[in-house]
Amino acid sequence: MTDTPIRILIAKPGLDGHDRGAKVLARGLRDEGFEVIYTGLRQTPEMIADAAEQEDVDVVGLSILSGAHMALLPRTVALLRERGMDEVLVAAGGIIPDADVTKLKAAGVAEIFGPGTSIGEIARYFREHVRREA
Amino acid sequence: MNQLVSELASGGRRPLARLLTRIENGDPELRPMLPALFAAGGNAHVIGITGPPGSGKSTLVNALITEWRQRGRRVGILAVDPSSPYTRGAILGDRIRMMEHAADRDVFMRSMAARGELGGLAATTWIAAAALDAAGYDPILIETVGAGQSEVEIARLAETTVVVEVPEMGDEVQAIKAGLLEVADIVAVNKGDRPGADRAARQLRAMMSTAGGRVERTPPVIMLTTATTGVGVADLADAIEAHRTSARAPVAARGRAASQVRRAMADLAARRAEASPAWDETVQAVADRQLDPLTAAERLLDRVP
Repeated sequence: MTDTPIRILIAKPGLDGHDRGAKVLARGLRDEGFEVIYTGLRQTPEMIADAAEQEDVDVVGLSILSGAHMALLPRTVALLRERGMDEVLVAAGGIIPDADVTKLKAAGVAEIFGPGTSIGEIARYFREHVRREA
Repeated sequence: MNQLVSELASGGRRPLARLLTRIENGDPELRPMLPALFAAGGNAHVIGITGPPGSGKSTLVNALITEWRQRGRRVGILAVDPSSPYTRGAILGDRIRMMEHAADRDVFMRSMAARGELGGLAATTWIAAAALDAAGYDPILIETVGAGQSEVEIARLAETTVVVEVPEMGDEVQAIKAGLLEVADIVAVNKGDRPGADRAARQLRAMMSTAGGRVERTPPVIMLTTATTGVGVADLADAIEAHRTSARAPVAARGRAASQVRRAMADLAARRAEASPAWDETVQAVADRQLDPLTAAERLLDRVP
């Protein structure tokens, strides 16, 4: 069943209202053959983890521009793991300083895509790194 | 197999979510479990919510979830959005309107891509509904792809079909056309706070006062709702619940079952024919106009087991 579409949940955690980037990515990944569950703005890590659990997604993509990434991203990863979603790939996009990238990766964020990353690159990364439970 | 069913009944969300993925992906290992899964269900009221894109289906579903949660029910939702015929990709956006219920342990909501089906549902939606049913969710709301005039697949599956329309739906002739409105047990004229909403509801009532199509049916109930404020939603939930008795009448249940079997048979025959060695040459013969499609289908059907 490896040819079934990759399912990704795209969410914007926290309190920033800028979702153009998230929507462009959603549309771009749709064109790359992904099934994109878009949940909209101002989500708490709990809402994101609960939605990801019910949707059984392969990837959770978090778009964040507010600067609150050090609080919100590790918390989302922890809640996903708590729900038994050990394989789900968590990736982030937005404005995240280099100094924080190492810390976020240590907290379980698989990859961080900064400004200028092409959608093709992101899609390729997900295709190569999604792992599915047997 | 029964382990699967008892696992579902115990209320774990993760096992249900994993099962739904396997259902969507057509996992062949699930096939032997289907009879037990189907047998474990039958309790839930299965409700279809359909209507044109932008008529407010998701917002209305969200309001109905709130209403039924207040009534102490555990609500299951399947929301279907279209897949791209070119890339197979999809944007599943129905959750945006329902995120307030994401953390409620008694609400389970799953987005499904139609994956090539054109009737407004995915081919596996009925199995997914059986899984939610076996997991104890009742009612189960199935929101279809935004429908045009004839995506009526939902009426095969749902005991109660709600067609959501907006006040600007068109004139009286739209209301008497065959198709989508014809399968409605209930029509919700949504965005009821807009000018002309009352008039649209009155027109629909006047034009749809006969039962249409199937003899066992009563005329549809026309309701006015404003999903964003919740006005009319409790009445809609009441009307849906009231419809259940007639939906469970033997003649209605038998009608739905017949069309489900007919549909399953068509799918199965097509899949078997496509796997048969005669498929390629038969299709080519039609392409070369040496054979017409109906004769081709007859020949293939005669050859498949």
